[in-house]
Amino acid sequence: MQRIGVFVCHCGTNIAATVDVKAVAETLKNESGVVFSTDYQYMCSESGQNIIKDAIKEHKLTGVVVCSCSPRMHEATFRKAVASVGLNPYMLEVANLREQCSWIHKDIATATEKAVILGRAAIAKVHLNAPLTAGESPVVKRALVIGGGIAGIQTALDIADAGFDVDIIEKEPTIGGKMAQIDKTFPTLDCAACILTPKMVEAAQNEKIHIHSFSEVADVKGFVGNFTVTIKKKARFVDETKCTGCGLCTEKCPMKKVPNEFNMNLDNRTAVYIPFAQAVPKVARIDPNYCLMLKNGKCGVCSKVCSVGAIDYKQQDKFIEERYGAIVVATGFNPIKLDKYDEFAYSLSPDVVTSLELERLMNAAGPNGGTLLRPSDKTHPHTIVFVQCVGSRCDDSKGKPYCSKICCMYTAKHAMLIREKYPDTEVYVFYIDVRTPGKNFDEFYRRAVEEYGVHYVKGMVGKVTPRTDGKLAVQASDLLSNEQLHIDADMVVLAAAIEPDKTARPLATMLTTQMDTNDFFTEAHPKLRPVESATAGIFLSGACQGPKDIPETVAQASAAAAKAIGLLCKNSITCNPCVAHSDELMCNGCSSCEKVCPYGAITYIDKEFRMPDRTTAIRRVASVNPAVCQGCGACTVACPSGAMDLNGFSNSQIMAEVDAICK
Amino acid sequence: MSNIKDAVLNSYGKNVRKCMKCGKCSATCPSYDEMEYHPHQFVSMVEKGDIETLMKSESIFKCLTCYACVERCPRNVEPARVIEAVRFAQLRKQGNNHLIPDMIPDMLDEDLPQQAIVTAFRKYAK
Repeated sequence: MQRIGVFVCHCGTNIAATVDVKAVAETLKNESGVVFSTDYQYMCSESGQNIIKDAIKEHKLTGVVVCSCSPRMHEATFRKAVASVGLNPYMLEVANLREQCSWIHKDIATATEKAVILGRAAIAKVHLNAPLTAGESPVVKRALVIGGGIAGIQTALDIADAGFDVDIIEKEPTIGGKMAQIDKTFPTLDCAACILTPKMVEAAQNEKIHIHSFSEVADVKGFVGNFTVTIKKKARFVDETKCTGCGLCTEKCPMKKVPNEFNMNLDNRTAVYIPFAQAVPKVARIDPNYCLMLKNGKCGVCSKVCSVGAIDYKQQDKFIEERYGAIVVATGFNPIKLDKYDEFAYSLSPDVVTSLELERLMNAAGPNGGTLLRPSDKTHPHTIVFVQCVGSRCDDSKGKPYCSKICCMYTAKHAMLIREKYPDTEVYVFYIDVRTPGKNFDEFYRRAVEEYGVHYVKGMVGKVTPRTDGKLAVQASDLLSNEQLHIDADMVVLAAAIEPDKTARPLATMLTTQMDTNDFFTEAHPKLRPVESATAGIFLSGACQGPKDIPETVAQASAAAAKAIGLLCKNSITCNPCVAHSDELMCNGCSSCEKVCPYGAITYIDKEFRMPDRTTAIRRVASVNPAVCQGCGACTVACPSGAMDLNGFSNSQIMAEVDAICK
Repeated sequence: MSNIKDAVLNSYGKNVRKCMKCGKCSATCPSYDEMEYHPHQFVSMVEKGDIETLMKSESIFKCLTCYACVERCPRNVEPARVIEAVRFAQLRKQGNNHLIPDMIPDMLDEDLPQQAIVTAFRKYAK
């Protein structure tokens, strides 16, 4: 028989305002096995914990029930407290009286009744608790960063700086991400390439960093400290180890009409190409959709001109397997597609562009060598209209419900740069709100208005109509002067909402991490654990977690690195002892559990058993690897014979809880 | 007063509070210049309960119900439906006839489709 202590927490007024905590403590005192019951204002405080510790010693408690907040919040705190006075930490149960009771009910009488029932269920479970001992598992001292944009690069550099090996997987042929496409950065207007490319080179030259460019994550197995990742190295038809990046093949390639995605398809590249001059690794790639040799077997020019023999038309996708202790996700973002926004004529006129396209149009390495020209007729635009919040803050099926965060600032930057370089150009910015929280951000926006004379108009553009004379008729509203404006523009720039990269969703499934409804990765705690996912060992860096500008991305990247380093520093980590085990005498060898196990923790072994008639027989039975098992419980549900059970959450314990609730 | 607001909100059937005051409805409205109160003002005036002013205004009959604002509203507020609700409140209250057949010959426009006249009768005549 257990000797159980019950401790009811007020949580200030969080619980006590809706639940009569004294009545709960009083009622639970009468439960079988309960030898001590009390309530206190804050059980998690030091004095609260001391009440528990003292009671354990004084009343020789063998089990403890804390009626407080969610076990996700303070189970670890209370386990540590009971362990400090010699009680096994797994002899403690938490009844959730806050998230699952006081916060969701209004009526004190019913909430109190429910609180008693929840407490009773926890007591019933403690009766069947057994002491558990956590094992340890070693940590592989190597990290994986998925995504080679500024977030991934910064994280990798910081982890390498701490002395650990780190791999970057980048799906494109070069690292650099979106920042490599950006012309200037706010609020200082320094050139993006000038500050990014040194970091790219640093990553390439750091002997601790290994870049897998043009690669993808194919599979992830394992758990914190010991992930096994299958990397798909996509065929680039150029031997990375031989190519020197001389660029001769790209000069001689006869297929020159391939849309150049680095320049947002505003100009063309060749079928064999290096994405941009500062690409890392500076290795060519052949685009199989356009290469004449790969499509028709006729050409081979690149192979002839390559002096080092790097061209390999027969190259295949290659799969390699690596082991990691920590994984950092840095998959980044993309602007949304605007084909559903007919009113802005994006698909009708080449002079209606997105802001990222404008970055390329203004960039020295862009299609016009840095001179801002209309894409349609290559003339200087004299009137440019910027439209904010295209697809952001929407409550319809076309857009995104969130604020994309970066658009206000980059539009102010664009407007300012255009007014500085071409003072004869009139620039209009149609805004709903101008959002500029950030160091020197509002000052930057005010400079655009006050010093550069950018016309900021509170209102939205309703429609853009391309006219036969090449102008764009813009109809918009000016809400402050309550009039409808008609502007003849030469160019319209749309601040498209940003969304997480499409690769994020399948990746989240492989990593068993959570995402929100917009496919942004969910952090373990929105305030206090912003760079960790809820899955141990998986960290989040950059815009994959939410829209972010460069300074914030870099800050988060370093924070994620710090968390990963904290994990890699350890030689071993404590395992969760609440793992599955099979009753070999009951196991019928059906393999149901093996099939449902998401971690590959179950294997089948042939084992010799003594039969009742004193003979021996070899039977096939399930065996769980406790270091790999994460205690999800899928196998216990799948097992038809009831042989599979979970430590700490055994079938009998769960049934006892149900019985207690239904009593 | 509040009864009118309730009646209007009830026949409108959506949530005016979703409006984020972007003005895209007024930006897209082809009748804008004809109106005393513009689509975005309709939404905010109904939200405030200032409905009688709207009911007295000619603007409620200037809306073409072309649904451009409904199509483009990013917040699903659908301003044309707000205007329609106010118009119904006015029509039901007064029982007035805003269009009598004798007025038609003077107003007739060669380009006007017959369907528009039929629609106008349904909307403006009692």
